[in-house]
Amino acid sequence: MVMSEATDSPLASQAQKSLEHENIETGEPKMRARDVDVYYGQKKAIDGVNIDVFTEFVTAFIGPSGCGKSTFLRALNRMNDTIPSARVTGTIELDGEDIYASGMDVVQLRARVGMVFQKPNPFPKSIYENIAYGPKIHGLAENKADLDVMVEKSLRRAGLWEEVKDRLDDSGTALSGGQQQRLCIARAIAVDPEVILMDEPCSALDPIATAKIEELIDELRGRYGIVIVTHSMQQAARVSQRTAFFHLGHLVEYGHTSDIFTNPAEKRTQDYITGRYG
Amino acid sequence: MVEHTVKAFDEDITRLRGLIAEMGGLAEVAIQQSLQALVQGDEELASEVVKRDAKLDALETEVDAMAVRILALRAPMADDLREIVAALKIGGVVERIGDYAKNIAKRVGRIEGRSKFEPLTLLPAMGEVAAEMVHDVLTAYAARDPVMAREVIERDDKVDAFYDSIFRNLVSHMVENPATISSAAQLLFIARNLERIGDHATNVAEMVHYSATGAYPDDIER
Repeated sequence: MVMSEATDSPLASQAQKSLEHENIETGEPKMRARDVDVYYGQKKAIDGVNIDVFTEFVTAFIGPSGCGKSTFLRALNRMNDTIPSARVTGTIELDGEDIYASGMDVVQLRARVGMVFQKPNPFPKSIYENIAYGPKIHGLAENKADLDVMVEKSLRRAGLWEEVKDRLDDSGTALSGGQQQRLCIARAIAVDPEVILMDEPCSALDPIATAKIEELIDELRGRYGIVIVTHSMQQAARVSQRTAFFHLGHLVEYGHTSDIFTNPAEKRTQDYITGRYG
Repeated sequence: MVEHTVKAFDEDITRLRGLIAEMGGLAEVAIQQSLQALVQGDEELASEVVKRDAKLDALETEVDAMAVRILALRAPMADDLREIVAALKIGGVVERIGDYAKNIAKRVGRIEGRSKFEPLTLLPAMGEVAAEMVHDVLTAYAARDPVMAREVIERDDKVDAFYDSIFRNLVSHMVENPATISSAAQLLFIARNLERIGDHATNVAEMVHYSATGAYPDDIER
């Protein structure tokens, strides 16, 4: 970007500041995807997607079932590696580093880019162990006291501490659905990730639990890059600042959430979000 | 326009648009008849206009209820959202236009010596332009036509020019014939009401533009 001499004036610098907050193009993205294709065998599930993910914004992926949004989300931390027929081409970078490079430690990558799934999936272990497991295997804690601090900090950030502090030894699976999901978020947070991917994190939850997760997402924004796949248009509108609409494996439109939901540029986006699709 | 997957949503929107169109029709007739009553000194017609305004008020309430219902039940997005928000605002503005017409009708019986006033020939011409603006802006609304909406906005200058001319005319008339001040003041208020109707039609046009395109006409002073 070429800066004009006018940047000295307070108005210009204010305009520049708001650009930094508002513009997709300014600032360094946390993750950068370029010309990404994902194949399942011969079938191309994702076709030439370019997108930047920023820590400052929650990014929502929306689109009809089968549009490829979850497939693309899973490409961001190489979860598709677990599917033998899946193949990814193009580049996906985390802080400028190609995550599909041969030297990339996938376990390390998934700690840096954590994931929360549709159905809460706590380990069948105590609440404490659910959180402590990650820091332990990644060697983040030197002793039990360190670990205690990490467990409390993660549970606090996930807004669960007050509800479980007196029963850390209870099984994680004994919690309610919404609590289990927050436990999973706390588990992802425990290894100090840079990005958290959420694949329909609220679709199995009641409205109150959903509201708590949405509140949590808002609190975590800025600290972590957050990408959320959701089928709820209202949820995408509420929690995200950037929205990407996928259709038939293509990224149709990516922009400010407020624009996408009040005045989308693409006809296909408009038809989908207004319920005229198909 | 492609239909919604949920058919009832389309029915709701069609109903809402129908209500707005009905309001527009009533407002337009109210303007025309209030001026007709004024020119002919027809107090009976004037009181009919006044009475019929209640219907416009009732329709506005219905538009409000319908729009709120759609917002609550359908959580509309994009053009749908803009359409509902615009309908909510347009309903209020058209009701206000009806109030101005009613106010004109109320003044009909308070004018004495009507043959003495030159503006009595100018006012119907001014009213015609204002009523046409109301008519055309609702046509633009029905057709979701931003170009036509813009054209209505531009026509407001004509109404303003009429107002200035009538204003000057009446002021000099009052200076020359102090005995007629009370009647002249009534006519001044009527001209003012028509001028306001033009402004409100302009507001509606801006909302039609917004609903159709997602933006207010940016090159026109709001």
